[in-house]
Amino acid sequence: MMEYILFGILSLVAVVSGVGVITLRQPVHCALSFLLTLASLAGLYLLLTAPFVAIIQIIVYAGAIMVLFVFVMMLLHAQRGEGPTQYLPWQGLVGGMLALLFLGLVSYFSIFANAAKTSVSPAPPVICQAPKGLGDIPSMAHCLFNQFLFPFELASVLLLAAMIGAVVLTKKVE
Amino acid sequence: MAISTETYLIVSAILFTIGAIGVLTRRNALIIFMSIEMMLNAVNLTFVAFGKELGEIAGQLYVFFVLVVAAAEVVVGLAIIVNIFRSRDTVDIDDINVLKG
Repeated sequence: MMEYILFGILSLVAVVSGVGVITLRQPVHCALSFLLTLASLAGLYLLLTAPFVAIIQIIVYAGAIMVLFVFVMMLLHAQRGEGPTQYLPWQGLVGGMLALLFLGLVSYFSIFANAAKTSVSPAPPVICQAPKGLGDIPSMAHCLFNQFLFPFELASVLLLAAMIGAVVLTKKVE
Repeated sequence: MAISTETYLIVSAILFTIGAIGVLTRRNALIIFMSIEMMLNAVNLTFVAFGKELGEIAGQLYVFFVLVVAAAEVVVGLAIIVNIFRSRDTVDIDDINVLKG
């Protein structure tokens, strides 16, 4: 019962703040709304027994990436606002209908594929057996350093490349 | 009875659609970037939901790697946006229509 209430509140807050991100006019308001989306998604991860992912989401996404966004908004404070967005008179209606169609297609295929999998396709191959619980850090470490060792090393190279790239890109050319 | 996976998939689909609308509709480059991050978050939710259903810890590890790639992408993308702003004084993508730097 409590799970249903929590799921309802968290998903409602996530969707409403998601709509707020694409609707609000000021970029800083959109950033704050996106922070609320990230926090409610972290709550949903906790409901899905993924505590490590939830904490990493708060620390990395909400605590580092969004802070970077707000910093860049501070650097770009002297920008003009967005101009008029309606170039065709009926574009809002058609856009809304196409968005609903897209949402219906994605939901239909995700539900249909999930319902048909047990009857049609064989069981998917097991990538990692969790030696302890599902979201525990020992299980994740056991899987990360055995099956996912190569992507882990590649991820560190990617982060190094991103850091060097950011420093090189923002150097002022004399 | 626990909440079914399909419910989480519908929430993920709604967030993905909202992110797609944001990418296609808004013209501020920073908000487009945030909508891309919202699409990535929706996919993360799908990964974790399926990981819970199959009893796989690999779902959460894919989220881990998606987070790493998203962080690297945000760093480089924001550096590019700062550069564009330095040379043109705008981040409205309708005004950025010349390839000359």
